[in-house]
Amino acid sequence: MKGKPLAAVVSAGLSKFGKMEDFCGRELFAQAASEAFERCPNLNPKKDVKALFIGMMSESFEHQGHSAPMLSDWTGLLPTPAIRTEIACASSAAALRTGIFSILSGIYDIVLVGGFEKMTKRSTAETTEILGMAADYPFEQWNGITFPGLFALMATAHMHKYGTTEQQLGLIAVKNHYNGSLNPKAHIQKEVSLETVMASRMVAKPLKLYDCSLISDGASCAVLTKPELAKQYTDCPVYIIGSGHGSDTLGLYQRESLTSIKATRNAAKEAYNMANLKPTDIDMAEVHDCFTIAELIAYEDLGFCPPGEGGKFIEKGTPTLEGDLPVNTSGGLKSKGHPVGATGIAQLYEIYLQLTRQAEKRQVEGCNIGLAQNLGGSGASCLVHIFRRG
Amino acid sequence: MEGTIHESETLPFTIEQFFKFIKEKKLMTARCIHCGTLHLPPRPVCSNCYSKELSWTQLETKGKLVTYTVIHIAPEQFQKNAPYAYGILELENRLRIPGMIKNIEHEKLKVGIELEVDFDIEPSLNWPQWPRYFFRPP
Repeated sequence: MKGKPLAAVVSAGLSKFGKMEDFCGRELFAQAASEAFERCPNLNPKKDVKALFIGMMSESFEHQGHSAPMLSDWTGLLPTPAIRTEIACASSAAALRTGIFSILSGIYDIVLVGGFEKMTKRSTAETTEILGMAADYPFEQWNGITFPGLFALMATAHMHKYGTTEQQLGLIAVKNHYNGSLNPKAHIQKEVSLETVMASRMVAKPLKLYDCSLISDGASCAVLTKPELAKQYTDCPVYIIGSGHGSDTLGLYQRESLTSIKATRNAAKEAYNMANLKPTDIDMAEVHDCFTIAELIAYEDLGFCPPGEGGKFIEKGTPTLEGDLPVNTSGGLKSKGHPVGATGIAQLYEIYLQLTRQAEKRQVEGCNIGLAQNLGGSGASCLVHIFRRG
Repeated sequence: MEGTIHESETLPFTIEQFFKFIKEKKLMTARCIHCGTLHLPPRPVCSNCYSKELSWTQLETKGKLVTYTVIHIAPEQFQKNAPYAYGILELENRLRIPGMIKNIEHEKLKVGIELEVDFDIEPSLNWPQWPRYFFRPP
């Protein structure tokens, strides 16, 4: 199995991310699916797609549960069966992994995997509350914690243990906003200065507004096939060669470490092993920067730099577009946006564009191996996938 | 104070029972009689050795702050409190508990300071009507 493709991505689609006032979640998903189908003229969706696996975090945003069959309908695929997967913000990477399992099992030859969330109709307080449901209820939510608060607790601990600074976190926001300014589908396509980041209002000390990702609407999808069928659908497939998944306690306070996410380390270990690759083999990565501190910790947990050196890693510019290991070339959750259920496969979408040389202004030259890390909650779930240009 | 085993071993090792003890101003945890692991929150089966033989143990309320934040953007029901401090306290036996920190100037918050668990036993009007504990300087 080592290094062998698990499945192939033959097409992918992404709706515009942002405050998409005119569209419901299902309509955004239909836009993403329509792009994926148009990109792949050899695919006959009604005939070829055998199942859908859909990530979505919360029914509360649109007061709409049971969304998987609804998306089979809105993509014109009925009666194709559909299942929803949920592990908070990692829901669509979970859909991807489930899709891979379905291909590997031999049950299906071609499936559509994807995710969506429609968040911006709710007020910030309501959204804070809904997202907060992914934290432990009796001890964390009941006592007033929020998601920025949970990542702020990790930031304080990281600063105390390693001397990481607010400026270093700010540099991650500056980098991701620059990348997002080159992405026509990003929620905010605007560069920001370090001064703006540092002067932005406090959300949960030490995290400020510009340390936080965006509340967005959006949808993502990808068409997966058996590796041996890939060339029937595209000349340039992207192979999934590693898939790893880690789980940990729901409560942050119950974890072994406050400065490292064990679920990421375990998922990365599994994915690297499967792909028979090391961190130094990765050419570009999309990581889960729900907050700047989450990206900094991801550098360390994915083995891009040693524990405690995430601050130096960004200061040296290694993860910038011109650096040795560009991270979040799409703009990340920070600037591209974070419609939570869409995020995991939106990361795949960016890697698909990069590896097939369609990333235009933000194209990383000569990249052949990409890695995606999608986190759920404060780190009770993490999925890592590794992709290779076909 | 560890070792004060509650008289009645028939009380269930549940989160609901944990909050009943909070109402009595007691911070209680479940100890596995078989392997000694302490469970905060309590749970009916030891996750370390799967034993169902547990006992209630009262914890010392003093602890050390291992990390903290000050929350400015709060969920609806806590907006009247914002900005409020929140942290994770490390108790004896390295047990950790998260909660709100009250009666402290936010500038004085620092990793390593000593705080004490206190109790607000007025039942909340909101579901699920549990009492609350919080942290304050000793």
